[in-house]
Amino acid sequence: MTVLEWIIALLVIAGTLFVLLGSVALIKLPDFYTRLHGPTKATTLGLGSLVLASMVFFNFIEQQLNLQQLLIALFLFISAPVTAYMLIKAGLHQKLTPAAGTQQQELMKQRDKLAKGE
Amino acid sequence: MNFIHALLPTPARSLLLFVVWLLLNNSVAPIHLIVAALLAVLIPQLTAGFRDPQPPIRRWGLALRYIGRVLLDIVLANLQVIKLVLGPNKNLRPGFVLVPLAITEALPLTILAGTVSLTPGTVSAEILPYQLDENSAKPKYLLLHVLDLQNETELIASIKQRYEQPLKEIFQC
Repeated sequence: MTVLEWIIALLVIAGTLFVLLGSVALIKLPDFYTRLHGPTKATTLGLGSLVLASMVFFNFIEQQLNLQQLLIALFLFISAPVTAYMLIKAGLHQKLTPAAGTQQQELMKQRDKLAKGE
Repeated sequence: MNFIHALLPTPARSLLLFVVWLLLNNSVAPIHLIVAALLAVLIPQLTAGFRDPQPPIRRWGLALRYIGRVLLDIVLANLQVIKLVLGPNKNLRPGFVLVPLAITEALPLTILAGTVSLTPGTVSAEILPYQLDENSAKPKYLLLHVLDLQNETELIASIKQRYEQPLKEIFQC
């Protein structure tokens, strides 16, 4: 195996593991709010390294200039935080109960007042 | 000069549309160049009614450094999150944190909220108060959800110093 193939293999494995980790977090963590942490971070990084592996493969091994993957990464990094923001905001509006032991839960009640600028 | 300004009211956005179109097609054939140029002129014209004026980027060098730092932080954040996610749930100390904001402009604030969501153990939940129109109150707080909250003051200080301060300098607002 050449060095490039090693790099691609490592990136693909790391990417897969991070995507898996994001999904594990989605199942395992105790409540809606903590579950959101998995898909926003681990999955983004996992997909990022898969995209990077694809770029290395097409540009260096297949020897053709291929930059579409940059767009995938760009859209991913824009859309992941926005989705998380909309989901958690919806969760707060629905007043979903946070896991026992969540600190500063009183902020969930205060936000109604703060939202009106009081 | 006026003609160019009327044709391309937002040059940076037009350039971005041009480049994105070429990347999507993965080609610089003349037909793609023509379509890309058309889109780069037409889309900003068509969406002019939706546009809110945003502060321009004043310090490009700092902006590039900011992107690099955020990418590095995303990797480090994930290494931390691995430990938290695979450990037992009872070791987690989730919590809400209210971060007072120093920036109020929409674009830098969006970037700040996005960065916070992608980096160490935090997800942006809400920007308070809601800014419904130009006359309502300016954003004052960012509500966060933290996966493992250990030291609230330290967390707030690190977000302000690591992300908010550079953004303030980049946009000079």
